[in-house]
Amino acid sequence: MPHRKSLSMIWRRIPERYRLEGTRCATCGRYFFPPRSFCPDCRRKGRIEKATLSGKGKVYTYTVVHVPLEGFERYAPYILAIVELDEGPKITAQIVDAEPNEIAIGMPVEMHFRRVSEDGETGIIHYGFKFAPIKA
Amino acid sequence: MNRVAVIGVGMSKFGEHWDMGFREIMAEAATKAVNDAGITGKDIEAIYGGTMSAGRFVGQEHVGALIADAVGLNPIPSTRVEGACASGGLALREAYLAVAGGHYDIVVAGGVEKMTDVFSEQAAITLGGAADQEWEVFQGATFPTLYALIARRHMEEYGTTEEQMARVAVKNHANASKNPLAQFPFEITIDKVLSSNKIAEPLKLLDCSPITDGAAAVILASEKVARKFTDTPVWIIGSGQASDTLALHDRKDICTLNATVVARKKAMKQANVKPSDINVAEVHDCFTIAEICAVEDLGFVKKGEGGKAEEEGMFDLNSDISVNTSGGLKACGHPVGATGVKQAVEITMQLRGECGPRQVDKAEIGLTHNVGGSGATAVVHIFSR
Ligand SMILES: [Zn+2]
Repeated sequence: MPHRKSLSMIWRRIPERYRLEGTRCATCGRYFFPPRSFCPDCRRKGRIEKATLSGKGKVYTYTVVHVPLEGFERYAPYILAIVELDEGPKITAQIVDAEPNEIAIGMPVEMHFRRVSEDGETGIIHYGFKFAPIKA
Repeated sequence: MNRVAVIGVGMSKFGEHWDMGFREIMAEAATKAVNDAGITGKDIEAIYGGTMSAGRFVGQEHVGALIADAVGLNPIPSTRVEGACASGGLALREAYLAVAGGHYDIVVAGGVEKMTDVFSEQAAITLGGAADQEWEVFQGATFPTLYALIARRHMEEYGTTEEQMARVAVKNHANASKNPLAQFPFEITIDKVLSSNKIAEPLKLLDCSPITDGAAAVILASEKVARKFTDTPVWIIGSGQASDTLALHDRKDICTLNATVVARKKAMKQANVKPSDINVAEVHDCFTIAEICAVEDLGFVKKGEGGKAEEEGMFDLNSDISVNTSGGLKACGHPVGATGVKQAVEITMQLRGECGPRQVDKAEIGLTHNVGGSGATAVVHIFSR
């Protein structure tokens, strides 16, 4: 990773990155991922509760990255997408188990738990979510 | 509010300055601006300096003080302003507000970035700091990636093509070929853009703005004192700024930079002008798709029609609205913190009729548009003779 991270910085994001734990406003029903601690629509009237997302969604837009970020060289070229989850939130994630020419906007995808990057040879290995096409 | 005039402008050559450091580049631009205004250092009451990341590019923070020191203006107040690639535009706005509010009569708005003292991978990481580190960069997003995501969606929704995007780069290079201070003062062809190396599809190398060293400065004055120094003041008649979500994916519609729309409406309302009144504009073309979004979000054309309008030459030099006469970020260069101020330098020179071969005929009203990140900050200024 470009910005070398402390262990606690990584550890505190485990619920979101490993399990897609977000939040939801019980007042208006809007889901938040990454979690928000207050609802921008309902403000003070909002009631925030924990909500784990299903991990199913559709490709909203995508790109094939040829010049990778440091720490991602082994994956290049890789497909990066914004995925619109069924519950509403959109998230940025890699698409795996698919060739670039198989990807299209609107394609159904689901979350997979994967290795994301590593801090060089001796640093932390980062895990989290990627998405793959839903096999019929 | 007091009326505010630009009474002096200056910029360094944009490019790779291996022989110059952060201090020298800033001092060159500031000295040119002070000489252009015909003021002396002791007339200046405050400095607002835009820089995105001196800390990561040259290991130097506390650059507000450094700038005042470098230009020999201690002990006046000097404040660093940061808003990623919009840092310069924000510095201009802070300087404008300080004079408009009656706090000062003469201030400097400067912008500077020294980007080539680190390797390009390092520069890319630093620029990535404008995006959401935890939810975009962690996932493998680079800066071009985010604009590539916008481009792909714009193509899907509006039928925008890679050729139309390439046309933006061709136009801006043609303008830069008439600007001796531009980093790339030469023309390119559509084929050259289309066949350049893929960065993040559909964006190719020549869709992207470069890494640049450079600085720019403008001297702002209240109406009360402006006429003492110049017969050709250029007035700032509107200023607007807005914000949006840091992460691109959090926006309802990623093809619209809502911060640009809001900032433009505020600035145009204050200036009492409409988009069709603008003769010349410097817009934030960090990538070719960004100029297509900008001409839409600034109201020059309807949403979705930017690509076609570029293809038809609507924004070429001396056509409907001359856009990025300096060469834009693409070809004049993009020293991130300097860009927003450089835009004001170009528009001032256009309105004063000093742009030589790239001069826009009858330039009466100009606009600058500076964006931070993938659109989380936008700032728009409107200028008139
Ligand atoms: Zn709510």
